[in-house]
Order: sequence, then structure tokens, then C-alpha cells
Amino acid sequence: MTDAEILSVLRPDGTADPLTDPGLPDPELLSLYRHMVLLRAIDEKAVALQRSGRIGFFVPSTGQEACSIGAGHAVREGDWIFPAYRDHGVGLMRGYPLAALVGQILGNTADATRGRQMPNHWCDRSIRLVSVSSPVATQLPHAVGAAWAANVRGERIAVLTTFGDGGTSTGDFHAAMNFTGVFRLPVVFFCENNRYAISLPVERQTATGTLAEKARAYGLPGVRVDGNDVLAVRKVVGDAMDRARAGEGGTLIEALTYRLGPHSTSDDPTVYRSEEEVAAWRGRDPIRRFAAFLKGRGLLEDPAAEEAGAKEIVRGAVEAAEGAPPVPLSGMFEDVYAEIPWHLAEQRDSLLSGKE
Amino acid sequence: MAEVTLIKAINDALATEMARDPSVCLLGEDIGRGGGVFRATEGLSRRFGPERVIDTPLNEVGIVGMAIGMAMNGLRPVAEIEFSDFIYPAFDQIVSEMAKMRYRSAGQFTAAVVVRAPSGGGIKGGHYHSQSPEAYFIHTAGLVVVMPSTPADAKGLLSSAIRGEDPVIFLEPKALYRTVKGEVPEGEYLVPIGKGRIVRPGADVTLITWGAMAPVAEKTAETAAKEGIDVEIIDPRTLWPLDIGMIEESVKRTGRAVVLHEAPRTCGFGAEVSALIQERCFLNLKAPVARVAGFDTPFPYALEKSYLPDPERTLRAIRASMDF
Repeated sequence: MTDAEILSVLRPDGTADPLTDPGLPDPELLSLYRHMVLLRAIDEKAVALQRSGRIGFFVPSTGQEACSIGAGHAVREGDWIFPAYRDHGVGLMRGYPLAALVGQILGNTADATRGRQMPNHWCDRSIRLVSVSSPVATQLPHAVGAAWAANVRGERIAVLTTFGDGGTSTGDFHAAMNFTGVFRLPVVFFCENNRYAISLPVERQTATGTLAEKARAYGLPGVRVDGNDVLAVRKVVGDAMDRARAGEGGTLIEALTYRLGPHSTSDDPTVYRSEEEVAAWRGRDPIRRFAAFLKGRGLLEDPAAEEAGAKEIVRGAVEAAEGAPPVPLSGMFEDVYAEIPWHLAEQRDSLLSGKE
Repeated sequence: MAEVTLIKAINDALATEMARDPSVCLLGEDIGRGGGVFRATEGLSRRFGPERVIDTPLNEVGIVGMAIGMAMNGLRPVAEIEFSDFIYPAFDQIVSEMAKMRYRSAGQFTAAVVVRAPSGGGIKGGHYHSQSPEAYFIHTAGLVVVMPSTPADAKGLLSSAIRGEDPVIFLEPKALYRTVKGEVPEGEYLVPIGKGRIVRPGADVTLITWGAMAPVAEKTAETAAKEGIDVEIIDPRTLWPLDIGMIEESVKRTGRAVVLHEAPRTCGFGAEVSALIQERCFLNLKAPVARVAGFDTPFPYALEKSYLPDPERTLRAIRASMDF
């Protein structure tokens, strides 16, 4: 396969290509679907919360569910995840609890990270889901370090890091890809090429024909996959993670997908892309494509009921977390250092006593 | 106890901590095969192997970013930036990632990385081998900033930094690497982070300084003594969190304070030290807190000697404080 070819599994008639089908058992197929539906329900609810002023901001992943859910499914116990802010699906698929996710969005005492960051910046140590930051692609070099540490200890694990097409222009991408190639580390670089970095089309991000071909410059394999085909994503990421675990080094994966919604709730995509373009991609909706496959396999009867069920679950989670008390003031000064130094203690006491 | 140079003490600290704790590892440019451009890591690759003394490609973002990931996954990395003037490509990784990992994850992840960087002027290195960037990092929530001025402190503070749970910017006064010698305890040796050192006790004026300015301060104090001025010198050693207690106690006693550093004057750390002193010691002050610092210019190659504070400039500030 050349690095311009695009791997897919789901065919237009709704069947799976037997040559590329990862062959997942039925319960796993259904689990992939349900997580995709849940992810979309989360996005819809979070955007509604933002529109009604109950949260300040959100980054939806609508249209890219096959990417994050498919990649997340390829992660195993012991693997590390260094995600981008649009990839809540990866964590969700790995078992990041919905209650924790909702708590983080709300930033109150239901948030395990104590309201420290805006929505979409989650983490969960128990599943090695590393804290998200806003600067693009800064997590890529961290993935390299975690992989090195695992190698030193002789752990046969893989490290997954995710980012967008814009991320490939950063110095951090170059550093991480180069280090991974030189040190032959088990890092899988999963790039979701959703065609826009906020407003900038991918053609203005790079002069190369594909993003995958950048891998060659670092001595790594680069592959392209249909990012709206959850089985194809699962297949490609799974193979790359297996290669990494086997000590065969890293891979760059370019998943071709499309962000159906805005970059964030602060973005108006109508100023930089056409209705026709969006409509065309809506026709390739990853959830509907997968639902058609599942129906054909006799695994799914009523997608509408699944969607309604997911909405109900999310509504319940928000309701449960929304009543949690706000984070205490004193927490502002904690976790800056391992112990609170004198200057932060002074500032905290001044604030709490009303002097500040 | 053996008398060794400051660079030897750094090497000793690294070797001692690596021998003590197998999770300590080093990464940076030219540090393995080359032993470091200043020889800080000489012999360590041979002794501990290339997996623990990692020669990296030339990329500071990669070095610090990789170190953060190593720390998150259980190692204790010590990253070397060849000159502190080259640290800026990694600025984002340091201030937005390394410094914030504990806070933003509410303690689930930490990045206890030590970033070592030769700092300061005095080696005819021009603008790109002479800067003193400590203020940038002191201004950043979440970082510990250390700068030793003696071989013993270099060993003890670096060892403490490696064992600590916070990210540390460890600035080494390269002008002193081979020009100062001192007794350094053998074996494991720790100097606590956050504790200053009274370099010279005195009664008339408190001179606060660090790094390569410490010997300048000592020379100044010797001359001042001949004029009947008894200078107390404090080296905070850890710039942040600062040992404010030691400074406060001293200035309340002497009533006069001069801050001496080679970094540019405006928003240099001297400005913060000066503000802290006037907040805490206002009624004890007999003169305004004075600053002796580098000028607000790029570091000048040919005029280095005039740029860097020397005993004459420092003494003038001390006299002015006494005569106020």
C-alpha cells in the first residue's frame, strides 16, 4: 500500500470488505456503535449547555466519532493516551466515566480536576489518559518520553497520541516524529485530518499531497485511512499499536474526516466553508454508515431508540453533576507545587480573609 | 573533603544521584558521547549507559517535552539545555506544560523534571551564550528556580532538585564553572530547596545576590570593609520560592538593602526582591532599596565587562545607600 491510498472497511452497500475487516466480535461492534452515539449525545448536550449559558465553552467532535471511538478501542490496558482537546471519544471508549467527563465540563466539585481547566481538558490517571492542554500538539513530545520510559522498563505497551491537521505544522510535531524515528519508539501518531484548522483549509497547512507522507522524512511508516469508517480506523490504529507493542516502532496515521460542527462554540464555520461541502460530508456521517452495517448484520434494529437512550443517559449525568457545589476558593492555591510555598499561603490567606 | 570546581560538583551530583536511584536519567545535546559542551556529564554515559544518558537530536522542544513524558511515566529526568540562551524554543513546554501539569490535572500527573542550563555572562560568549533568563521562570507559576554559586551548593541543590516533586529550572553560572573551587562533601549531599545562605555576616547593609555575582559581592564587601562599611551578603540559592525570612531578618537589622544581579534591570528579579523588602521592612529602611544590574540592552559582546556589574559599581550603590 502506498501512502496515498486510503484504507476503508465499510463499503457503500453497507457491508464490510473482508480483506480489511478487523473481525471484531458482535458485542464489540455494538459497543463501538453505542459509544459513537453517546459521544454525539454528549456533544449535542454540551453545545446546548453552552448556548444556554450554563457552561462557557465546548469543543464538539461531531462528525469525527469514528476517529476517536475507533482509535480508543485499539488502546489496551497499560497503553498511554496523549489526546487532543477534540478527542473525548478516545477516553470515553477506554472507560473514562461519563460522570467524570460531565463534571469536568461543569468545572464544579463533580470535576476530579477541581475546575482547573475549561471544558474538553480532561484526564484520568487510572487509564493513563493524560491531561489535555490547549496549545496544539504539545502532547506529542510527551508521548515520546512516556514511550521511552516504558521501553527502559521493558514494558510492551504502545503510546497513542492524537491531533489534527493543523498540528502537523507545529515544531512539536516535528520534534516528536523525529525523536520517535531516531529512538525507534512505540508511539502511534493519530492525525485526524478534518480539513480545517479552525478556518484554515488543509491545503494552506501543507504543500504535500497528503499528511501521511510526512512520515517518510522521519523514517516512519505513514498510512491513510477513511476516518468516517470506524472499522477502518480500528483496523489501522490496532495494527499500528500492535507493531509498536512488538518493538517495531512508531507510525503516522492520517485519518480523513470532517468536522460537521464548528471548531468550538466560539466559532462560526459558515464564514469559511460552504453549505454544499458540509452537506456532502453529512452524507458520509460515520454513525449512520456504521448503523447501516450493523443493521445488515442483524445487530441493530432501531437507531432512533439508541440515540434517544443516549440522550437520556447524558441528560441524567448532567442533572446529577450540575447540582454539585462550586469549587472552594482555597483550591486555587493548591497543586501549584507539591507543597504550598509561603507566597501562595500568604496570597490564599489574604484572599480568604477579605484583605485582597 | 576534596576541593573541586563547580562543574565537577555538578558532575558529582549527577553521578551520585544516578547511582542512588535507577530512575534518574539525563537527556540533551552532546551529553553522552561528548560529555556535554562544558563536560558536566563527562564519563556518565560510559558508567550508566546510553539508555540513561541520552544523546538527543538537536531540538529543545523535543528535549523538554520528552523529559515531561518520561517524568509522567515514572522516571526522574534531568534535561540539559546547552546554553540558557537556547532555552526559548522550549519555553512553551516549560511554562505551559511542565509547570502546569500538576495543577491542571489536580495532582493526577506531575512533571518533576530538572532542566539544567548554563547561564550568565563572563565567557565572552556574546548575546547568545551569556543571558540570564531567571526572571521569566520565576514569573511562571509552578516552577522552582535555583542558581548556585559554590561547588558545594551546586552539588547539594542539584541533588535536592532531582529528588524533589516539583519541576526545577537549574541555572548554572557558567563563569564560575572552573573559576571557583570549594570543598564538597563526598557521597550523597543535599542542600534544601528554598533556604538561603549568609555568605558573609555584616551589620551595615544587606547585599542580596546570586550566581556569578556572588564573588563580585564578596570582593565588594572586602573593599567596603576597608572603608568601614560592614556588608552582609545573602545568596538565596533558590531564587523561587525565595527565602524571604532570611532577607527580612537581615534587612530589618541593617536597615539597608542592595540587590545585585547580572540580568537586565527592568523586571529583573531584583525588582521583585526590592518590592518584597519595602513591603516587609518599610519602617526599618534607612535608604531606598538599590539595584545593581545588567543594562536593558541585548548582551553586548565587545562591551561585556562594562555591561556586567563589577565591585566598583556595586560599591558605589552601597556607598549611596550608606550616605542617603
